[in-house]
Amino acid sequence: MLEINDLHAGIGDREILRGINLSVNAGEVHAVMGPNGSGKSTLAQVLAGNPSYEVTRGSVTYNGQDLLELDAEVRAQNGIFLAFQYPVEIPGVSNAYFLRSAYNEIRKANGQEEVDPLEFLDLVQERLKLVDMDESMLSRSVNQGFSGGEKKRNEIFQMAVLQPRLAILDETDSGLDIDALRIVAEGVNKLRSPENATIVVTHYQRLLNYIIPDYVHVLANGRIVKSGGKELALELEEKGYEWVQGPLAGASA
Amino acid sequence: MGAGPTGGSIGLSDIATRESVRENGVTSKRDAAGGKGIAAPQRVPDSIEAYRQDFARQPKAPEWLQKLRSDAMARFEALGFPTTKNEDWHFTSVAPIVERPFSLPRAPEASGDRRETGRRRSDAANSIGIKESDLARFTFGEESWHTVVFIDGVLSSKLSSTGELGAGVRVLSVADAIDADGALVQRYMGTVAKFEQHAFTALNTAFISDGAFIEIGNDVVVEQPIHLLFISSGDSISHPRNLIVAGRHARASVVESYVSLRENEYFTNAVTEIVVGEGAHIDHYKLQRESESAFHVGTVQVRQERNSQLHSFSFAVGGELARTNVYTSLEGDAATCTLNGLYLTDGTQHIDNQTSIEHIAPNCPSHELYKGVLDGRSHGVFNGKVYVHPEAQKTDGKQSNNNLLLSPNARVDTKPQLEIFADDVKCTHGATVGRLDELAMFYLNSRGIGPETARMLLTYAFAADVIETIELEPLKAELERLVLARFTGSLSTH
Repeated sequence: MLEINDLHAGIGDREILRGINLSVNAGEVHAVMGPNGSGKSTLAQVLAGNPSYEVTRGSVTYNGQDLLELDAEVRAQNGIFLAFQYPVEIPGVSNAYFLRSAYNEIRKANGQEEVDPLEFLDLVQERLKLVDMDESMLSRSVNQGFSGGEKKRNEIFQMAVLQPRLAILDETDSGLDIDALRIVAEGVNKLRSPENATIVVTHYQRLLNYIIPDYVHVLANGRIVKSGGKELALELEEKGYEWVQGPLAGASA
Repeated sequence: MGAGPTGGSIGLSDIATRESVRENGVTSKRDAAGGKGIAAPQRVPDSIEAYRQDFARQPKAPEWLQKLRSDAMARFEALGFPTTKNEDWHFTSVAPIVERPFSLPRAPEASGDRRETGRRRSDAANSIGIKESDLARFTFGEESWHTVVFIDGVLSSKLSSTGELGAGVRVLSVADAIDADGALVQRYMGTVAKFEQHAFTALNTAFISDGAFIEIGNDVVVEQPIHLLFISSGDSISHPRNLIVAGRHARASVVESYVSLRENEYFTNAVTEIVVGEGAHIDHYKLQRESESAFHVGTVQVRQERNSQLHSFSFAVGGELARTNVYTSLEGDAATCTLNGLYLTDGTQHIDNQTSIEHIAPNCPSHELYKGVLDGRSHGVFNGKVYVHPEAQKTDGKQSNNNLLLSPNARVDTKPQLEIFADDVKCTHGATVGRLDELAMFYLNSRGIGPETARMLLTYAFAADVIETIELEPLKAELERLVLARFTGSLSTH
């Protein structure tokens, strides 16, 4: 589904990713772990198409397409979803309007008919239960005045409605208490299917107690320095990131 | 505070200076006294020459009005057009207005009787083919509203539908009010909107002949909004003059719309005076939707008595060069006012908003929120003044102006001003100029929403909170539609 080859990217003159190689197949869950500044979030943002980042080398192929050629909205229309580490507040736009616009734009791009507000309301109601959110959130402005936990749950709710083929969760666990973490993880697990893939970007192992990954990759200094099965996460938790970073890693980029 | 690539002094050299116009004023008096056509010096702008001719041609009015007009004309000539040296016009050059000799629409045959002339002009306007159906897009689909239509500044009774106003309310044209009960109009006309320091108000006063006169008696509540619809049909000047007098505990909503049926170049120079009596509550909406080639200067000037409330909303989207002034004076204890506004500019438009709140009496809260969305090579201006007089203790003033620049070539100058001469007050003010949030854009894009829709959504969201303050639902819905149309480009905003 996703093939990343020797990916280099950064902001301005600062190179953050220094040759990422990663292959993700349908049905798989990959965890990308690493210390602060290792490039985890940059990888997530680059895959979602944030124009602030510049790709300087390498390639990313998604379902046979050159992903780097596509604008962010086209990537989303093709089934890529990024759950933001810091979801953006949009005062004045209701969650309902925002999400219905997104839903309809994606349907339109895929040759499907748009849904009207009432149909949409039916559709979202059960997804709200999935993340234990109240219907009243739909009329509130996007993420405005939401607690940290509400923002993260809103990301998973959006994911549940938009049903992406490749979901990238960027530090979705950070700032969550254990109950919220469980809700978020359950939401993600219910959406797992043999056709979909998930990349879970996280600093801590604890989310992986709830979302069991097939593969764990350790990112340090812009490169994947170690890959393994789910047990690698536990080993990391025990030994700390110094274990994989090694003496050459130096200051984080 | 300013933003944008160019300064505000374009065309400065084209404007007559204050000194030169004052000189012209002298010439004019001599001209009038001698009754001979003394050739005007070259420095007299064609526009002033055109106004003189219009002025001389005006049908006779009652003596008090005749005097008011003459005083105002003399004052206009003495003041001349404001230049950018004038602090109130620092960011707005009126050179294009100075250069163009706009005249009043000509009546088919000049007549000694003012009313007859009015009728003829009005009928003439109707005969050029304006039908009720042409007005539908300006009337919010609300047939129950009391709608008064003016074509080129003159009442069209044929197109107006005031309906049942109820006891204690009078809505009539200023022309008819002068005839029917000159005393009441005389008592208030010119007492709120003073022209000594305001050239355009002086010019308007020199041509007082028609507009709306609304009188709301004590304790009377006007259930349905009163809509004053000013339509420009050609390329002339109009000087609409409105007078609204709300008695003790009266309540009404008044909407003033300035529109055109075609993309003509014309000049509207309007003045509205409002007296809000003790405990009265007036909601006033001004919608400036002129042709994009038009010129518009409009002043809404209000006097508020004890415990009165004013809610003003000023929407400006039309005009090549447009200026709206909303001035209120809180003269009675615990009077409150809310002045809100929204301006949307594009192309080469220049839209200026000036507000002034005079806190004269104590215990008065005032709130102000103006928002601007500027695109293309347009230029927006906001100047909001709050004066707190020494007696106005316990004033609670809050003023903000927020601007969104959609294009690198758009420009806005914003100048909130606070002058406080009392010591026990709470006043805040602030202004912002920003661009669309890139992170928010990416967030929307990452959800499959393309840049155009995302831009429209974020722009709408920026304007939404000030539109939300509109209490008339049909008006709110129409403004929402206009704002969305403006940013999708799919519908005309006029």
